[in-house]
Amino acid sequence: MAMFGFLVRRILTGIVVIWLVATGAFFLFFARPVDTVARQLAGRAATPQVINTVINNLGLNQPIMVQYWHFLDNLLHGDLGYSYYTQEPVDTMLKQDLPPTLSLVVGGLVLWLVAGLSVGIISATRPRSLFDRSSSVAVLIGLSMPVFVIGELLILVVFVPLNKHGFTWIQTGYAGISQGVVTWAGHMILPWITLASVQAAVYTRLARGQLLDTLGEDYIKTARSKGISERRVIYLHGVRAALTPVVSQLGVDVGQLLGGVIVVEAVFSLGGLGQVSVEAIYTDNLPVIIGFVVVAAAFVVVANIIVDLVYAVLDPRVRIT
Amino acid sequence: MSIGAVMAGAPPETINVQGRSQWHLTWRRLRQDKVAMASLVVILIMVVLALAAPLFVAIVHHPPNVAYPNTGEDVAGNPVGPGTNGFWLGTDGTGRDLFIRILYGARISLFVGFVTTVLGAIAGVTVGLVAGYFGGVVDTILARFIDAVLAFPYIVLALSLAVVVGPSLTVIIAVIAFFSWAAIARIVRGQTLSIKEKEYIEAARSLGAGPFRIMFLDILPNLLAPVLVIATLYIPTAVVFEATLSYLGLGIQPPVASWGNILADAQNFYQQAWWYVVFPAAALLITTLAFNLLGDGIRDAMDPRTERVFAAGQGRRRRAGRNKTGGALDAPNVVPFVPPPGGN
Amino acid sequence: MNAAGDDVLVRVENLVKYFPVRAGGLIRQTVGQVQAVDDVTLSIPRGKTLGLVGETGCGKSTLARCVAGLIPVTSGRVTFDGQDITNVPRRAMRPVRREIQMIFQDPYSSLNPRRRVGSIIGEPFAIHKIASGTERRRRVQELMERVGLNPEHYNRFPAEFSGGQRQRIGVARALALQPKLIICDEPVSALDVSIQAQVLNMLADLQRDYGLTYLFIAHDLDVVRHVSDSVAVMYLGRICELGPKEPVYGSSRHPYTTALLSAAPAADPDGAASRQRIILAGDVPSPIDPPSGCRFHPRCPKAQPLCSDTEPQLEVKAGDATTHVTACHFPVMAGEDLAAAGRSELS
Repeated sequence: MAMFGFLVRRILTGIVVIWLVATGAFFLFFARPVDTVARQLAGRAATPQVINTVINNLGLNQPIMVQYWHFLDNLLHGDLGYSYYTQEPVDTMLKQDLPPTLSLVVGGLVLWLVAGLSVGIISATRPRSLFDRSSSVAVLIGLSMPVFVIGELLILVVFVPLNKHGFTWIQTGYAGISQGVVTWAGHMILPWITLASVQAAVYTRLARGQLLDTLGEDYIKTARSKGISERRVIYLHGVRAALTPVVSQLGVDVGQLLGGVIVVEAVFSLGGLGQVSVEAIYTDNLPVIIGFVVVAAAFVVVANIIVDLVYAVLDPRVRIT
Repeated sequence: MSIGAVMAGAPPETINVQGRSQWHLTWRRLRQDKVAMASLVVILIMVVLALAAPLFVAIVHHPPNVAYPNTGEDVAGNPVGPGTNGFWLGTDGTGRDLFIRILYGARISLFVGFVTTVLGAIAGVTVGLVAGYFGGVVDTILARFIDAVLAFPYIVLALSLAVVVGPSLTVIIAVIAFFSWAAIARIVRGQTLSIKEKEYIEAARSLGAGPFRIMFLDILPNLLAPVLVIATLYIPTAVVFEATLSYLGLGIQPPVASWGNILADAQNFYQQAWWYVVFPAAALLITTLAFNLLGDGIRDAMDPRTERVFAAGQGRRRRAGRNKTGGALDAPNVVPFVPPPGGN
Repeated sequence: MNAAGDDVLVRVENLVKYFPVRAGGLIRQTVGQVQAVDDVTLSIPRGKTLGLVGETGCGKSTLARCVAGLIPVTSGRVTFDGQDITNVPRRAMRPVRREIQMIFQDPYSSLNPRRRVGSIIGEPFAIHKIASGTERRRRVQELMERVGLNPEHYNRFPAEFSGGQRQRIGVARALALQPKLIICDEPVSALDVSIQAQVLNMLADLQRDYGLTYLFIAHDLDVVRHVSDSVAVMYLGRICELGPKEPVYGSSRHPYTTALLSAAPAADPDGAASRQRIILAGDVPSPIDPPSGCRFHPRCPKAQPLCSDTEPQLEVKAGDATTHVTACHFPVMAGEDLAAAGRSELS
């Protein structure tokens, strides 16, 4: 029952957050002198007539609160407006561009959790071994590198030579699952590695540190002295305790993930939500930008709720707050 | 204090009037950390190179934004490789000297790294101190604000600002500083909360010291150590931020050189010009790696009990109880010297 | 002499200090009160030492901080040198701070490890803008000599001194402003026994030389006996016995005092033979939910139904001087063997 209340509270907070973000974005872009907005939308070389047309078409002359009201109204109906340039409904655009982003995020997430946690756990169980030391070096490099550099280096060092020698499984750009899972994976493998590498470094370090701390605790010594096999000690007791900070780190990372997604999509020309929104920035395509911002906020909120739920399952103390 | 004197029952010295401060001791420990020292040297070299960029321009006669289509590009219009025609590291997509552009990019990166961190540190320390010391409503509001800022995806803010005011160096600095202060503020707040409970703070209050005096003269000196570590570790983050934003086109705009926008253009020349990717990437990596290692080194130098994975050459420091640095401690100085097994 | 015409420097009247206990998630509510100090009245004459004894957690440190004005008071009054200083705002309290100083228990955490000793001792001069530069240094070094430290160590850090020396630094800091009252919160509890005597003697000398008044808090009865003129015994936020030290030590009336005294190693061989350990049943109850009536009744060998019913007030008991008061319905009389009563209680 407490879980239900917990869930409800989180959802309500989430809705408030999304509303705040949408409002913030709206006012940030539209609450400027009408001329400025119109000029920005019409392009630098626009003549006064064009600007006037833009003002009229978009209703920029109306009082800001009226515009805001329309905006909210549309939003609640799921109408995110139309792209200024192609007149496509924004939500259609967003739906089209969802698959690459989704593939990237899910694949990357799986990869970095698996890699990060396993390397971290193994390192912690063999402290200061060769494995531990080399993985620490790798972690340090991973943490130091910007995502796009890793991506570019991967392309340079893996994709280009392989392709030159006729091994064409790995490709840039996006291919949907509908074109065959193998093709899809071939396009996604490098982006996955790129997205996962920096994150994996963080999680490796986190998992290793947490597990080392936990393994030093007294109740672990007790378990060992009871004769429980080493493997059980590590996995049942140690890892479980080490998981909670990993989960909470996930919550924080979800927000930062957006940045990584945008960059990786740009590097590999995946054409997902990230890339589309960056293009929208270049072209001052405000409805698309606002649409992306709102969707991103919603995504972050939902992901956080899920993370909070998982955390509450792992750690019952959290449920009362 | 020789062992002979100890055995002869000589009294411990009391003449040295000047106590060794914590910084002194930290520096001495840091000096023994080869990795950290190497990183420090690398950083210094980077700074010197960046500052000396105009000097290099005078040497190779290739200003950073000038294209050389004749000497700098081959017949197909592609960049030429390192060492050709007086281009030390080759050229970029429009025939500009890559080495010079990397140097100028270093100027931007280092400038952004330092300035944003300093600004962020000043703001972050102040907010953290105020939140931690005053507690109550003030703290609740500030703490929530800090959390909100930290959770906020920086990309979204950078994008938004880029839309509204247009991309520029000032926007980058504003965005990055906006996040660095939050990271620092959170740490400072946590430290302040625990330091606040110490008896010497209570003593200061009982003397009649006001809140600002206590915050800045009593609490702050105890914070500088962690703040220094955080700041040093934040610089590479700031450098990466800037590179990423410039890469996406939201930061430094071409033709002004930034490692980010160099690498963005380099993507068009994977097949033809590997050096266009490798050298700027190497510069970025070396810089961030150096700061990360230095930051780790400082952190370990401040707390000699930390366990380190890279124990080579650091074994001395991890032996508890022995006072190697010469400053007097609580234990009397007459601990007899016992050589460890295997030699020192 | 102050305006009231008597010689009392500090007067505490009906002092109450409760700490709220908060719980709950989104909105934190107060679910209880820690009754740290519950209706305490006492006074300290000028130039004298009042020893305040009690077990850990009885509220003596809280009381000290209320008197020093470091924490706000829930109700009651604190008067210093004729002036009401209860819950006075910080600005108004500033001049009073020069007159009331504190010495703390832990020599390791009462000095800022990042500051040099000279700066620590000189801080009062800086705060109240009394002296600066060479003059300040001179006065600090004077103070250092006075407390038995080498003035050449002006620039050292606290980490370079022993525990006893650090307490001396704390004393020097407290003396800087020439206060009238020094509150000593267990100043020797953390020190080795051999050092304790040195520090206590130093404190006594300073009192004589500067006419200081002390509120001396400790849990060790022997220490208190050594330094105090009068003694107050505290239990769970209340004073159970109060008076000049000879009557309180020699003919204690409250069962708790008697039990405490019986547990202390005998410094005085006379009477040691006749003294038997009185063992108190049970543990000290929580100050959040103290026992009704007399707070000591659950553990008292002489408890009667009246004790859990009505709270005893501090009164002069039969045969005692007017300055010796006890809060007990069935005080211990001369010749009474409390140990026997205690044993029969347990059996």
